[in-house]
Amino acid sequence: MTTKLKPEVTQNDNIQGNSNAVITLVEYGDYQCPHCGHAYPIVKQIQEQFGDKLKFVFRNFPLQNIHELAVPAAVASEAIGKQNKFWEMHDAIFENQRELNDNSFTKFADQLGADVKQFNEDRNDKIILDKVEGDFESGIVSGVNGTPTFFINGIRYNGSWEFSELAATINEIINETEGK
Amino acid sequence: MLQKGKKAPDFSLHTTPDQQLKLSELKGKKVIIAFYPADWSPVCGDQMALYNEMLSYFRKYSAELIGISVDSKWCHLAFLEDRKLHFPLLADYEPKGAVSQLYGVYDEVEGHSKRAIFIVDEQGIIQWSYLSPIGMNPGADGILEALQELNNKD
Repeated sequence: MTTKLKPEVTQNDNIQGNSNAVITLVEYGDYQCPHCGHAYPIVKQIQEQFGDKLKFVFRNFPLQNIHELAVPAAVASEAIGKQNKFWEMHDAIFENQRELNDNSFTKFADQLGADVKQFNEDRNDKIILDKVEGDFESGIVSGVNGTPTFFINGIRYNGSWEFSELAATINEIINETEGK
Repeated sequence: MLQKGKKAPDFSLHTTPDQQLKLSELKGKKVIIAFYPADWSPVCGDQMALYNEMLSYFRKYSAELIGISVDSKWCHLAFLEDRKLHFPLLADYEPKGAVSQLYGVYDEVEGHSKRAIFIVDEQGIIQWSYLSPIGMNPGADGILEALQELNNKD
């Protein structure tokens, strides 16, 4: 079975970090999945550890039957992305994962200094929902089998994503790539 | 394990406490049969929860999904309601694992079905099968690729 990322990372993705980084770490995640909540600070640690050598991409994979706010959360992050605050919303949602409710997203948007009226309009824009569903579909064809699923440089990572294992794997790939 | 080209053995199993489902009743449709070890898998990456999200994609290929494990009809009912699953779960409960054995995907040591997927075509012939490594949730990319290929053939 194929385990390659399809499609590859493009300008339409939410990308954090050096665009020329040797490592591209992609996460398919669900804002209401507790495992993704657990992975959130680990990814932050990984980003800190590898600095300029790593760029991070988040794609939405909401399991809406078991997590009723998963799609609204994904939509909120993409909508505020139009005001260049995707990552701020992403962080706010994960940091408050256990207390999420219907009103959380406008509250976060307000706290982040966004134009809330515009944000609410964008949340109802079908293009935003299409983006979320497009992410989900790309996850299916890429072999995402749950959340979180990580891809490193386009290949599905099947190992443990606890910090030490994930960091060791990334280190190996950097060493191989840089021919050390 | 039964392979491509074989006729899918017919079976009738409880899908709810008062209803049975017979494979041959689905003749004329593609059927995805997913054998899995047990209800109540503790992770969000649960295979059945994942497939539940993908029903609309399976239906694009006119394929129906059924899940089979050795759990009882009451256990399935509770699991179905808890996870809001929108497809039938069949109880391979009595005699235990009989259908799983018929398809060659019963784990005698653990006493449950292996994680295995069959795609049966409109004529009841197996067109694709896959046995997942132990402890590995197979995702759905293989199923979608196989359905795509079947559609191209038609």
